[in-house]
Amino acid sequence: MPTLTYRDALNQALREEMQRDPSVFLMGEEVGVYQGAYKVSRGLLEEFGPMRVVDTPIAELGFAGVGVGAAMAGLRPVIEFMTWNFAVLALDQIVNSAAKILYESGGQVPIPIVFRGPNGAALQLAAQHSQAWESWLAHIPGLKVVAPATPADAKGLLKAAIRDDNPVIVLEGEMLYNTKGDVPEGEHVVPIGKADVKRAGTDVTLICHSKTVVPALKAAEQLQEQGVSAEVVDLRSLRPMDEETLVASVVKTNRCVVAEEGWPHCGIGAQVVDIIQREAFDSLDAPVLRVTQADVPMPYNKQLERAAKPSPEKIVAAARRVCYLD
Amino acid sequence: MATTVFMEALSPTMEEGRLVKWHKREGDAVQVGETLAEVETDKAIMDLQARADGILRQVAVAEGQTVPVGKEIAVIVAPGETVGAGRGTGDEGRVAPSPAATVAAPSPAPRHSPPAAAAADAAPVKASPLARRMAKESGVDLKLLTGSGPGGRVVRRDLETAAARPAATVSASAPVAPVPPPPSPVPVSRTGAPYEDVPLTQIRKTIAKRLATSLGPVPHFFLTTEVDMERAAEARDALNRQLGDRGKVSFNDIILKATALALTKHRACNAWFQEDHIRYWNEVHIGMAVAVEDGLITPVIRNADVKPLLEIGREAGDLADKARSRRLQPHEYTGSTFSVSNLGMFDIDQFTAVINPPEAGIIAVGSIVQKPVVVDATVLPRRRMRITMSCDHRVIDGATGAGFLKTLKEMLENPLAMLL
Amino acid sequence: MATATAQPAKDEALLELQRRMLRQMLLVRRFEEKAAEAYALGKIGGFCHLYIGQEAVAAGSLAALRDDDYVICSYREHGQALVRGVPANAVMAELFGKATGCSRGKGGSMHLFDVSRRFMGGHAIVGGHIPLAAGLGFAIKYRGGDQVCLCYFGEAAVNIGVFHEALNMASVWKLPIIFCCENNRYGMGTAFERVAAVTDVVEHACSYDMAAELVNGMDAMAVYGATERAAERARKTGHPTLLEVRTYRFMGHSMSDPLHGVYRTKEEVEEQKKRDPISQLALKLKEEGALDGPALDALDAEVRAVVEAAVQFADQSPDPDLAELTSHVLVE
Repeated sequence: MPTLTYRDALNQALREEMQRDPSVFLMGEEVGVYQGAYKVSRGLLEEFGPMRVVDTPIAELGFAGVGVGAAMAGLRPVIEFMTWNFAVLALDQIVNSAAKILYESGGQVPIPIVFRGPNGAALQLAAQHSQAWESWLAHIPGLKVVAPATPADAKGLLKAAIRDDNPVIVLEGEMLYNTKGDVPEGEHVVPIGKADVKRAGTDVTLICHSKTVVPALKAAEQLQEQGVSAEVVDLRSLRPMDEETLVASVVKTNRCVVAEEGWPHCGIGAQVVDIIQREAFDSLDAPVLRVTQADVPMPYNKQLERAAKPSPEKIVAAARRVCYLD
Repeated sequence: MATTVFMEALSPTMEEGRLVKWHKREGDAVQVGETLAEVETDKAIMDLQARADGILRQVAVAEGQTVPVGKEIAVIVAPGETVGAGRGTGDEGRVAPSPAATVAAPSPAPRHSPPAAAAADAAPVKASPLARRMAKESGVDLKLLTGSGPGGRVVRRDLETAAARPAATVSASAPVAPVPPPPSPVPVSRTGAPYEDVPLTQIRKTIAKRLATSLGPVPHFFLTTEVDMERAAEARDALNRQLGDRGKVSFNDIILKATALALTKHRACNAWFQEDHIRYWNEVHIGMAVAVEDGLITPVIRNADVKPLLEIGREAGDLADKARSRRLQPHEYTGSTFSVSNLGMFDIDQFTAVINPPEAGIIAVGSIVQKPVVVDATVLPRRRMRITMSCDHRVIDGATGAGFLKTLKEMLENPLAMLL
Repeated sequence: MATATAQPAKDEALLELQRRMLRQMLLVRRFEEKAAEAYALGKIGGFCHLYIGQEAVAAGSLAALRDDDYVICSYREHGQALVRGVPANAVMAELFGKATGCSRGKGGSMHLFDVSRRFMGGHAIVGGHIPLAAGLGFAIKYRGGDQVCLCYFGEAAVNIGVFHEALNMASVWKLPIIFCCENNRYGMGTAFERVAAVTDVVEHACSYDMAAELVNGMDAMAVYGATERAAERARKTGHPTLLEVRTYRFMGHSMSDPLHGVYRTKEEVEEQKKRDPISQLALKLKEEGALDGPALDALDAEVRAVVEAAVQFADQSPDPDLAELTSHVLVE
């Protein structure tokens, strides 16, 4: 199986889907001539031309709306946001148009659109550029939200998102773009709504998604050295959420830690905890703990930033607490 | 004070039970732990045991009758006690209490309402939801446990520790049973009784259950080989001379290490059978059977393949101590990928061990014995040791097991091979 | 002579168009009056924005469109829906929240949809649908079609940022869109000049190098003409057009807003009513001898019957099944 970067896996998914379906087009800032702010769209303008790889003005709300309008007419737009921090400007179109038109039209107008781009903090980009928006987006009925952590999942979930007849939010990670992994060639579609057990274990379940899969796996290694067998469950899809896999894992391990890049209040982890207390109550040996970004805007200073982010050490500490080892 | 006998939930999923046979009759003397009746659950025929000493009265369910869990089916009263108003059958006086029961039962009163228990009743017990479920399923009274979690919360490990400890936690409504003497060291006594029935302790029950799930459903087969331990003995002596006060290496440590290393070369034997799949482990965690006072437990040496001999020795010692003093934490006795049972110190030449599911194999190690062996046409005294491997045939085939055993034998016969 | 015979035919076609527009405007007027009545009776809930006074805009502009063109509106869209041909029954039933409504009772007054007529909805966030129109225009261009997209919005939406984003993209990408600004002078209760630095909406077209026209919105034929020119421009060159159509609403902003309120005088409303687009068109047709009093009365009676039937239909229609609550959240 070829090894690709996360970036190239996304590129491959876009290219294959654009080759497969002429109604698929890519639109966003710097996607064409510049080849993508993060080079995800490298080579696509040359292959598909400017009508299908469309550079936009810096007008997130406007081009998000153009995408939704095109989807109303039956095209399958892929709207790239340079980062999800800027997509906050486009929330009206995502929330009020993309997510609702099917419902308020009584089922007449599906919106087969993908909104994608990097989400969450990178390094020292400070408060306005270092935010994880998944709980905002996953809150909205009418949207699907996926957050792939590996190159294979990035390809498979983006392909699934493009083929879905609903608006799908694809949350990527700036810090993930350069990560490498095996990626199946050609037809590799990861179904939306399925979590993935990235590492099996018996003593504690670490639930994570997107970038936090990396510290969670590191934490699991450290825990193994300490005699604690951790199971790492990658949510992959935040809406719909794979309750079955989460619950099965916690029923097995009896303990759970949820890690996410977002802030703690009303975060994705809060939703996960809701599922677990409801569906696995009698299997819990300890309260579920969460590891999140500190409840502050992201500071610029390197040390402060590190202190604000989830880390393997924080996950290990939480896992030890739910195992009553500390 | 009368103790009500209920139809008990004798399986986790049982909702009603059919009374197959009464072992005691109206007016019989009964003792705690004695079988009152056989009850057919949704899974099996189980014994319903007395939870108090006294006389059986008010038998309200006939043989063959099915009643829901929780239904009163009889009462046990103290000798001479009359049953409460509206409940008496009027014939209490007819059956004289048996002398044995009278002797066996000290005054029940203090056990039924100890002040401590009454105080504990007042405050709700803090326990994790899992601990509550486990307690309910195993009939353990949470109030009798000391929680090790924050604020005294009873958590899973407290239940597990309790399960490994005899009798301390008998269910809520029952008095505490007298601790039975450990069976093995007790010499046969001429007390006049032809036999003595000793109730199963929780650990004995667990052992019984776990091993029954092994030898029954797991298709075992056995491979035996004899290993020349001369070079291992020389290596051990040399190492110990060099270590001096810094520690000691035992044969057992060498066997554990060699087993772990051999497994790294035979992943097919380092596996779990998982019903619909086989999990081949890439990590080697060796379970080490340790005999404890009333049973055995298998603490785990994790990643034994990469640990130095001294560390294995130290860990094995610590774990064995903890096992004997019942301080093992769950993570210290779960998750092994292969097990070693060594009865060499008990002068056993050779034996077969029962696989510890879901593992697929275990080796049984006998004593090191000097034997005459033909070496280059000369009979020489050599230290020899027999190893018998039990294999789960669903995972390991004959040749696979033999291959592993061959590697293990080579490593023990030439410890330098462990460096390869 | 060819011209001599062609001229009366053309005139007759024009008169026919005007009679058709008059009927549509009357239908809208009577429909809205009934809607107000039903709202007062509690049969219609939520927000309900009436189109009374602005009928010439819908009637004139939609007359210039083909069936395969797209139409997209704000939340004051009963009139456009009716003129586009969405049956009065389906519109009234939607206002009543009934299963037979054009959006199955799930959209209500502000979200009328009829995809079969390429009527792409009423949208209730001010200005939020303007980029959607750009997207519909983009799709037309993407497929190489010669359709247009006609987008209605009020003058207050011009102060929203996304109006400018959408006009900019429509112009820079040459998208076949007619931006039809219905300037009725008040954004809810705020007079446009109190909140807009530039009060002539057409001037915004200069910023985006876009064709534009200022139109008398009380004259259906004027609206028709301007829209036809814009549509032809879009079909032939792909260029968008901004129309500022000056009109006036005779009713309050919504049903919870009094007729005049505190933001405009009774006198002003009465003065504007003298420009009633329906009376004007009826008068014009009478003057041209194309319509007499009895014919107008008959027309009015006919549309009143249509509206009456729509109310009955809506009244008798069932509520959506409770299972509809969770359907159409996602395409299954």
